[in-house]
Amino acid sequence: MRIRPPRRWEAVDLRVIWHYRDLLVAFAVRDIKLRYRQTLLGVIWVLIQPLMAAGIFSFVFGRIAKLDSGNIPYFPFAYTGLLAWNLFSSTVLKSAGSLVGNASLVSKVFFPRLLLPFSGAVSTLVDFAIAAAAGCVLLLAYQVTPGFSIVLAPFWLLFLVLFALGIGMFCAALAVRFRDVNHILPVLLQLMLYGSPVAYTLAIIPPGLPMLLYKLNPMATLLHGFRVAIFGEGYVGFPSTIYAITASLLMFVIGMIFFRRMERQFADVI
Amino acid sequence: MSSDLAISVRGVGKTFQVATTQHRPTTLGELLMQKLKNPFGSSQPTHQFEALEDVSFEVKRGEVLGIVGRNGAGKSTLLKILSRITPPTRGEIDIYGRVGALLEVGTGFHPELTGRENIFLNGTILGMRKTEIQKRFDEIVAFSEVEEFLDTPVKRYSSGMYVRLAFAVAAHLEPEILIVDEVLAVGDASFQKKCLGKMGDASRNEGRTVLFVSHNMAAMRALCSRAILMDAGRMMIDGDVSAVTKSYLKNEKSAPAMFTWEDQEAPSHGGFAFRRVSILNGLGESSATVSHDESFTVCIEYEMDSAAAGIRVGFLIQNSEGIDICGSNDVHASGSQSRGANRYVSRCRFPGYLLNEGRYQLQFGADALHGKIYIRTPFCLSFSVEDTERHSDSRHLLPGVLRPLLEWGIEPRN
Repeated sequence: MRIRPPRRWEAVDLRVIWHYRDLLVAFAVRDIKLRYRQTLLGVIWVLIQPLMAAGIFSFVFGRIAKLDSGNIPYFPFAYTGLLAWNLFSSTVLKSAGSLVGNASLVSKVFFPRLLLPFSGAVSTLVDFAIAAAAGCVLLLAYQVTPGFSIVLAPFWLLFLVLFALGIGMFCAALAVRFRDVNHILPVLLQLMLYGSPVAYTLAIIPPGLPMLLYKLNPMATLLHGFRVAIFGEGYVGFPSTIYAITASLLMFVIGMIFFRRMERQFADVI
Repeated sequence: MSSDLAISVRGVGKTFQVATTQHRPTTLGELLMQKLKNPFGSSQPTHQFEALEDVSFEVKRGEVLGIVGRNGAGKSTLLKILSRITPPTRGEIDIYGRVGALLEVGTGFHPELTGRENIFLNGTILGMRKTEIQKRFDEIVAFSEVEEFLDTPVKRYSSGMYVRLAFAVAAHLEPEILIVDEVLAVGDASFQKKCLGKMGDASRNEGRTVLFVSHNMAAMRALCSRAILMDAGRMMIDGDVSAVTKSYLKNEKSAPAMFTWEDQEAPSHGGFAFRRVSILNGLGESSATVSHDESFTVCIEYEMDSAAAGIRVGFLIQNSEGIDICGSNDVHASGSQSRGANRYVSRCRFPGYLLNEGRYQLQFGADALHGKIYIRTPFCLSFSVEDTERHSDSRHLLPGVLRPLLEWGIEPRN
């Protein structure tokens, strides 16, 4: 093996990441274990949180503000929206905080740094799986039978996670130098939550230019698509789909390139 | 040619950009302000700090190479580059074999996780496969001596247990090349010895290459045959371990070994305040290292605002195993007369041939009749006793706390 000064551009060696897969799992397992250690209810929190959030959404937006949820009862509507949204926002936050949160590791041990943001995504997916299982029960309780379209749900989630990881990697690398990121990110996510169809449907956005601008946020189409897949109601336009996929992939690539470019400084600056 | 080579370092250097006049922006706001003020300039004036310059050496397979040098000499930067934590700015390194680096004990240990969980996590972080850890799990546990507490979160461990567990995991790494930074500075001495033994075995029996940084010259001599002396980012000497350690200690001697308290921080009570404490070698120079055969003096400087009857000023000296060697005070010198308001120095001279090689630390105290003064400082001064003349054939430390010069006689008995 040869060590030399880094070149400006260096390809991601996926074999190295594969070689370190045990560590990826170990980080994710550590995350999950730590999150629910010394809690009375443990993993049940994975369910309580989105259920309570969906309850609050139903009351505030469904009951009081009377936001439109189409033909779907508001509670499962909000729950599915929050399910996907939480996957997105937790992935962003976890991967963005992963470098600074493991500063001592970064400055003392070698391993592919990309493992840290990736492991954030893995541990979030576990939470998501549990909450999604509860979502299925919820749908049964509301006697909503998902159509065949539900097989498309993972497709939307894949791009949602890639998009989140892209933002996460970008912010993680930036946070090594500028801790401001940790403060601004929650605020931006909050803003984005209201700018995405979580509490309402796309139907309330006026068509034409407003809709076009609204859909600049790839989350608009990704969340909408996910819901359409679950409930089998409505449709997703082809151009929006292409745009959302391209934008998420682009964000993922940009995030990764930026991360790789900054990577060499991590141990010195962090 | 490369078949018996483990590491080849050629012209390696590392430069850090250090902001000079202006302070480096660490928030986006500051960065934006600087960019606005000076939109075309290359962001900020920096000067370059050469942490490493033109370092070249080779290490053969199965060799144990020691790296010594003062703090800031670039030892840790070199190890970080060799273990791929940070890239070099210049030069090239070839490494033949799997590297395991141990720059800190217990990296990645999480206080909330149990000992068992941490063994797996830490092992994986250090580059072991899960199956490897499972295979060696019992061995690791036995080495760590913490069997009973395996399922207790490590936040409830004593610091000694913590270090033992952490080192046990690291000691069972099986890289072809092991890089170790000053990790033995922690932990109790008997465990340190066990670790040193383990490292020695690794190179002798398993043909493992070891790179080893330490301030412990005795350990250095016990383990290595060859060493590198670094100073200010450059390699000064590459050669036989005894020559290198001798040269290091000679330079080290000029470094002052004293501790001075700032006015506000000085431990004080009842009008008495400690000012400065120091160790003087046989020549009367302040020194952090004394030879086992020379005398040395403990100096305690203090100030008194008012007279105190029956005042005693003294110290306690402890070795690195935490064993109290002795305590002494100046009561015999002063009798029971009181000392008036003034600044004083109390000195205590130790003869040569008293303490064994090792590291010692001192704490200081003062008291007066009826508890008018009662102070004890933390351990704030340390020094080493070294045998600088030790020859390569007697590398092993003599046992015990003392190293007296005793008279032996041999005569035929009829």
